[in-house]
Amino acid sequence: MILERKDVLGLSDFSAAEIDLVLDTAETFREISTRTIKKVPTLRGITVINLFYEASTRTRTSFEIAAKRLSADAVNISSSTSSVVKGETLSDTAKTLEAMSPDIIVIRHPCAGAPHILARLLSQSIINAGDGSHEHPTQALLDMLTIRHKKGAIQGLKVAIVGDVKHSRVARSNIHGLTTMGASVTVCGPAMLMPRAVERMGVVVETNMKDALRDADVIIMLRMQLERQRSHVFPSSREYARLFCLTRLMLENAKPDAIVMHPGPINRGIEISPDVADGPQSVILEQVTNGVAIRMALLYLLAGGRQ
Amino acid sequence: MKLMLKGGRIIDPSQDIDETMDLLIEGGVVSKIAKNIPAPRGKAGGGAVVLDMEGKIVAPGLIDMHTHLREPGHEYKETILSGSLAALAGGFTAIACMANTKPVNDSRSVTEFILRQAACANLARIYPVAAVSINLEGGCLTEFADLKDAGAVAFSDDGKPVADSGLMRQALEYACSLSMPVLSHCEDRDLAGEGMMNEGFVSTELGLTGIPSISEDIMVSRDIELACYTGTSVHIAHVSTAGAVELIRNAKARGVKVTAETAPHYFTLTDEAIRTYSTDLKVYPPLRGIEDRNAVREGLRDGTIDSIASDHAPHSSIEKDVEFAYAAPGLIGLETSLGLSLALVDKGILTARQLIAIMSMNPARILNVPGGSLRKGELADVTVIDMERTWTVDMKTFRSQSRNCPFHGWALKGKAVMTIVGGAIKYRDNDPHL
Repeated sequence: MILERKDVLGLSDFSAAEIDLVLDTAETFREISTRTIKKVPTLRGITVINLFYEASTRTRTSFEIAAKRLSADAVNISSSTSSVVKGETLSDTAKTLEAMSPDIIVIRHPCAGAPHILARLLSQSIINAGDGSHEHPTQALLDMLTIRHKKGAIQGLKVAIVGDVKHSRVARSNIHGLTTMGASVTVCGPAMLMPRAVERMGVVVETNMKDALRDADVIIMLRMQLERQRSHVFPSSREYARLFCLTRLMLENAKPDAIVMHPGPINRGIEISPDVADGPQSVILEQVTNGVAIRMALLYLLAGGRQ
Repeated sequence: MKLMLKGGRIIDPSQDIDETMDLLIEGGVVSKIAKNIPAPRGKAGGGAVVLDMEGKIVAPGLIDMHTHLREPGHEYKETILSGSLAALAGGFTAIACMANTKPVNDSRSVTEFILRQAACANLARIYPVAAVSINLEGGCLTEFADLKDAGAVAFSDDGKPVADSGLMRQALEYACSLSMPVLSHCEDRDLAGEGMMNEGFVSTELGLTGIPSISEDIMVSRDIELACYTGTSVHIAHVSTAGAVELIRNAKARGVKVTAETAPHYFTLTDEAIRTYSTDLKVYPPLRGIEDRNAVREGLRDGTIDSIASDHAPHSSIEKDVEFAYAAPGLIGLETSLGLSLALVDKGILTARQLIAIMSMNPARILNVPGGSLRKGELADVTVIDMERTWTVDMKTFRSQSRNCPFHGWALKGKAVMTIVGGAIKYRDNDPHL
């Protein structure tokens, strides 16, 4: 089976079968990263460009390692400034890159919809590595891989997503993916960080964290996106932690075997207490490991789909 | 020169006329409307040019009371000449142009420059709208009397709200004393924040910062109360929300002198269209939800909204071929406004007569300018419309210099086929029957 699409821009239009395909493919790639020689020749001759308009360590490194373990050539372009500030438009950058014949372009951008511009303009496959507050599909896929690993199946699970839902692309991609896979999703956070009409995405909305965690199998904590907010949106980090920090005590509201996830980087003591982040229910580092496998799977499927 | 428009369906709401008649134009003004006017005969050029209007609507020249012509300052987007050509092709004999040029039209010299360029073009009538505040900064009022004297027809800081309620009060009172309208861009900037599209389910899914409908409603409410308290009148520009329609309806019912306009995109599209992230759909106020779209239609139907104006806002690819967040807001509408508005007639929401009033007589009355009527002695500004003509919107054929039109490729029914300004045919569609 092959992935019948040119681009991966988000999970809003992914079917359950497609998600299963990506997760199954990733399973087979997990093992490569455990070998002594962590490299296979699968994507030899394939060029992957990581075009990052936003600071990123884990996602960019993860994509780079994924490409290299499949023997693809990975080129990283980082720009701390937006295309507008830099003076060249995103379209011009895209056309310039296209002229160098890459096969896959991975893009992270502070603006929602930026990957769609590339997808429309270029014949190459585009992978969205996070666009503004819109989607972060590879993060949601690696989250689902982690959940499937720990829980066997996603169908029927209760998942609580807690934090700044309004500004979170991780939340949006997970809502799309998890609801498609048959999980019931509850989102929870400060009322002013809850996007309008989010319940129409098929989720339950709670502002009380205890209620949100009740009977949860999976807890996804979101990073408090201080850099993405207007300054006065929440009174203080202290007040935030008081209501929405996942402490050991708070964790007791979930199922005893609930797993704790976080896309990272974590703000210790703000959205998650250190003992929970490092505790037995935390799968945060496994998420990172699975991230490489998911990105290998997508690179493989997109490159293979075109051959 | 004499011009006889023969056998058309003359719709003139100002005289309560809707029937097949002939229209005779002499010396740039309407000289006669009657059935079967005999063609004037005469020697040495005294005879009239007779045009067969059978099957066509002959209406008072359409007036677009809200456009941006970008000159002076942004001539790469539009000029008074190119904007006038677009207006004529869209069936408009007169258009009002907003003050957010560079420099801003906040002084006599800019107003006079615009009118001079319009005179050079000698196409559609151009009515400059001058700024309420100097440089649109909301600080101090411009010289209303001097600007009126120079030829400005109204005052507006369009593009920006007048945030200071005290300044707005002064503007309404002073403008009223000069018998000049104030056109208000209603937006609470604090609520709108850095919003890029309507706040709702679609903005949530797309991860684009939302602009709540109440940012419009609250300012509409403020302006209505200011007009009520001071006994002045106020015109609400580009109404886009159900809340604003309801506020205006109630205000009119209690006798407040408020008028309003909306734009074709607000009764044609909803925020659902933005799912492609097309920057041609980025516009302020933003495309709203389906309830808002329906409320705007109802507002037009029941007379709450007096006028349709395109809010023609040309931008080049430099402003539009970028990320949605960075794109300039606005879309062009002069050449699609009538076609999109006629769809309301096709759907049975408006009668042809209502639409003609909304697009000619009403804006003329709000702006207190000539036109909007085919009464004997009026300026012979006439738009001839073929209701049956189907056509496809093709940006490549636009007279406007810009291409930021979300309706490219749309099939529309109904089109202006002839535009007459002051008795002179300024635009003629390539219709073999004309």
